[in-house]
Amino acid sequence: MIKTTGLAKDYVTGAGAFHALRGVDVSIDPGEFVAVMGPSGSGKSTFMNLLGCLDKPSAGHYHLAGRAVSEMRPDELAAVRNKLIGFVFQGFNLLPRLSVLDNVALPMLYAGAGHAKRRARAQALLKRVSLDGKTHQMPNQLSGGQQQRVAIARALVNQPQLILADEPTGNLDSETSHEVMNLFTELNRDEGITLVLVTHEMDIAAFARRRIRFLDGKVVEDTGVAA
Amino acid sequence: MIFPSLIGSAFQALRANALRTFLTMLGMMIGVAAVILMLAIGEGAKAMVNQAIESMGSNLFIILSGASTSGGARVAVGSRPTLTYDDAQAIRKLPLVREAAPVVPGSAQIVYGNVNWSTSVFGVTPEYLTVRNWEIESGGFFTESEVRSGARVAVIGRVVARELFGDEDPVGKIIRIKRSPFQVIGVLSEKGQSLDGRDQDDTVMVPLTSAQQKLFGTPFPGAVRFIMAQGESERVMDAAEENITSLLRMRHRIGKGEENDFTVRNLAASAQAQAMATNVMSYLLGAIAAVSLLVGGIGIMNIMLVSVTERTREIGIRMAIGARRSDILWQFLIEALTVSVMGCLIGIILGVGGALLVEKMAGLTVVVSVSSLMMATGVALAVGLFFGFYPARRAAGLDPIEALRTQ
Repeated sequence: MIKTTGLAKDYVTGAGAFHALRGVDVSIDPGEFVAVMGPSGSGKSTFMNLLGCLDKPSAGHYHLAGRAVSEMRPDELAAVRNKLIGFVFQGFNLLPRLSVLDNVALPMLYAGAGHAKRRARAQALLKRVSLDGKTHQMPNQLSGGQQQRVAIARALVNQPQLILADEPTGNLDSETSHEVMNLFTELNRDEGITLVLVTHEMDIAAFARRRIRFLDGKVVEDTGVAA
Repeated sequence: MIFPSLIGSAFQALRANALRTFLTMLGMMIGVAAVILMLAIGEGAKAMVNQAIESMGSNLFIILSGASTSGGARVAVGSRPTLTYDDAQAIRKLPLVREAAPVVPGSAQIVYGNVNWSTSVFGVTPEYLTVRNWEIESGGFFTESEVRSGARVAVIGRVVARELFGDEDPVGKIIRIKRSPFQVIGVLSEKGQSLDGRDQDDTVMVPLTSAQQKLFGTPFPGAVRFIMAQGESERVMDAAEENITSLLRMRHRIGKGEENDFTVRNLAASAQAQAMATNVMSYLLGAIAAVSLLVGGIGIMNIMLVSVTERTREIGIRMAIGARRSDILWQFLIEALTVSVMGCLIGIILGVGGALLVEKMAGLTVVVSVSSLMMATGVALAVGLFFGFYPARRAAGLDPIEALRTQ
């Protein structure tokens, strides 16, 4: 599913070049559930941005579902983000002026799907995350856990093969965190969606079957699938 | 497929900031309304001048007594009668002149029964109607022989007919002009305002000789105040003017190097000058209004830039879930266009309404032409596109990671 070789990212700052990522070789198979850990500044966010096709590497290669993503043009990257990847953020990142339903349907709009198709699919996914009663509410009328479930429904709407979750439970209490994690586990187990999740918390990481730990721009621990 | 949704979301975004959207639109509204109003007033002035030129008659000369130049202590134009009926007859025979009519003008009080009315009275010949391109509405006009015999007959204009006779038929009635009885034999058709704003229908025409002898006694028998002549065509106007000048110089025995004792004016030329002046005025008005459109456009750009900055995070989210740069570009461009098009539509309503109001209140002629509406709409669209493009491109050029990090 994911294969990176010698992936590196440098940032040029006023104080000179900053090596955020120094040659990362990671391979993730379809259907894996991976927790990415590490202190801030370890390079894990940079790694996630590269996996999410939001950024381009300074060196190295990245293959996603057999496609050489690191060589793609911006519009192709947008299409990959749209169809292959679903994002779940710590701050939910729902559009405040759109209804819950419109938020979920938005990626399909960029995929070029028609109105009726978008509504039907978004409805179905809201039902899947048990929010079918909230379709016409605005995001700020929902609790944090509910908003995150809306975000997960949005991430799923174009049937992605990969979900990237950046500290998805960071803003939630432990009970809702576990609900969200159970939902992720279900998606991974029942639908075979590859999951890569960034977290600080061990109990959240424990939901994953594999842990990758970053420090100073390098992978310092990879438990492999067996864990 | 994506465009209807984009227009929908543009409305959504604009509604979210209704007051700001309205204020932004206001610039556009005022600009478009100003353009339409100014063009309507300009076109109206042009139409008025054109109508006046048409009503005057085409290819006209007016030949006045006296010199045109006033160096030294010369008498003013028209003050000393040097032109005669015979001059007019001689001018009529020139090949480049279609018709010429001598005129003795004056003003007098007209009385019918117990009603009186002061108006201008013209002593003319039947040719005057031809020269002025004027029609008779009812009755008839006096003949050549009536002019020769100094008959006491009169043809009256519409205004005089209305003021003196009301609903009565004036033809056949006796009116008194300066106490002399005249029989009304005809009513002139409606002519409207002249270039200098006089009501041409407020007039009475009598035979030239009657005016000379009975109404406006003059120490110079046979003298006329001015002669109106009509050239054969527009192309020969200059040659006709030369012919008239040399004919009159010969008839008046003016030697080489001596100054004319008459003045020939080409009325078509002065009318054209006036038409040109109105043209220039309407362009000026339009240009001033166009500046306000430009200012409105800059207002749109200003607000769109603020909007892009405020919605940086939204842009980041949209990019993360798969919006291409072009999708973002169109989103903001369509927002800018929506503002300018809506402002334009409201501006058109205001402009047309304002034009009608001006027509009612100020009594000006206004003409709202389709082309001015189309021009205003076109310019508004172009302004929206032009000033919306830069902010939209800035939005589309944002780095998704940076944009997502913005709070």
